[in-house]
Amino acid sequence: MPETCIYIARSSAIAARALAGEMMVMNSADSTFFTLNEVATTIFQAADGRTPLRDIVRDQVCEQFDVDPEQAQADAEQFVAELSGHGILLVSSQPLAPETPR
Amino acid sequence: MSLMTEVGQKAFNLGVPIAVHMDVTYRCNERCVHCYLDHDDHGEMTTAEIKDVLDQLAEAGVFFITFSGGEVLMRRDFFEIVEYARRLMFNVKIKTNAVMIHEKEARRIRELGVDTIQISVYSHRPEVHDAITKLPHSFERTVKAIRFLREQGLRVTIANVLMTVNSSDHSGVQELAAELGVQYTLDPTITPMMDGDMSVLSLRIPGEELKEVFRNPALVGNQEEFCAPPKPPSEEDLEGYSCSAGHSFCYISPYGDVFPCVQFPLPTGNIRQQKFLDIWNFSPQMKEVRSIQAKDLTVCSSCSHVGSCSRCPGLAYMEGSMRGPSTADCEKSFYRTGVPTANMLKQGLSKPRTMASNTASLIQIRPIAVPA
Repeated sequence: MPETCIYIARSSAIAARALAGEMMVMNSADSTFFTLNEVATTIFQAADGRTPLRDIVRDQVCEQFDVDPEQAQADAEQFVAELSGHGILLVSSQPLAPETPR
Repeated sequence: MSLMTEVGQKAFNLGVPIAVHMDVTYRCNERCVHCYLDHDDHGEMTTAEIKDVLDQLAEAGVFFITFSGGEVLMRRDFFEIVEYARRLMFNVKIKTNAVMIHEKEARRIRELGVDTIQISVYSHRPEVHDAITKLPHSFERTVKAIRFLREQGLRVTIANVLMTVNSSDHSGVQELAAELGVQYTLDPTITPMMDGDMSVLSLRIPGEELKEVFRNPALVGNQEEFCAPPKPPSEEDLEGYSCSAGHSFCYISPYGDVFPCVQFPLPTGNIRQQKFLDIWNFSPQMKEVRSIQAKDLTVCSSCSHVGSCSRCPGLAYMEGSMRGPSTADCEKSFYRTGVPTANMLKQGLSKPRTMASNTASLIQIRPIAVPA
């Protein structure tokens, strides 16, 4: 069975800024506030809607951090599901247009 | 400690300007009796200049930006500015009187992902509110706008500035806020005018009324805790700093002048002449503000309130010294706890002297001259 591709993009409802290597993220819809560690920040910054999650994990996370690829993929999927649940990331099996405030 | 407080502390320790208050204009459609601003346009930044400032602020690490004025919607390009700020992923808050917000504007604010809108409401009685703003029907228009914003699911906070002319109306405004489904915040601070005129300070509510405000659980929460006598200052208190002004927060005027805070008119540089980060990192004034610890304060370091006082270094600066006491805060500490402050004891006063009778010269926010 072919592996499902996951595409991720940042929601237009969020505010985000890096502070000393960690990303602060806030959803304006409900004011939930998160800080992301360096690995999560790497995934968040790469969430352009066009690059599949597995490529982000392989080319950026595994390149920059000393992590087991399988574990990294599993952690990334869990992280993406969590942020998607809070409306921070949009997830699709098709490429997504990056959202910007209109 | 909440995550937000933790992040704020981290920015403070690192000297990152995590929050900026930017007045995009001093022009206004209201003429509030207590307003400290000169509403004429002395050369506001253009749309392009503001966008450039926003680029610089994003690069400097600013996360929270508050757009205020004057009335922000007096600028025809205001939504263009907000849109640009949101594209740069700022958390945007807006302060407005809301009289120019209708259904269309409310929808636009929601589409742009604005975090919070703070709106000034002075009374639940239209005639009192309108007499303060000097704009007929402003109460009606403002309340209508709040309903439009709420219909869009936006978070609104009513800011209730308390002064002599509306001092008995705070409970009415609080009830109005509850009915509208919005937050309520009360502020008894009246600031001297930009031109140095201190006559507006006569609008400050008298100390005895301040005392009543501080003993109202609906306004202060746990009254016993809030009004408790100050604990003896610890070493940590004396090593501490007054507030985030100049540490992780600053203010930018419509003319590009950078100050440590909106209430701290010490010019530190102009963004039309220098890069924001050069001002933030290297301005001698900014460095001086940053260096002041409680132990360095001329009078307050020996005050029993030093660990709990809301002493505003900007108001102190306006009274003559950023290391000196702020009379308005001495007054608050005294009426909150009943314990005299070191500033009062030094002057042999049993009650604080009100700012209205203080004749110290003022240094005020004025546009810094920019060479042509």
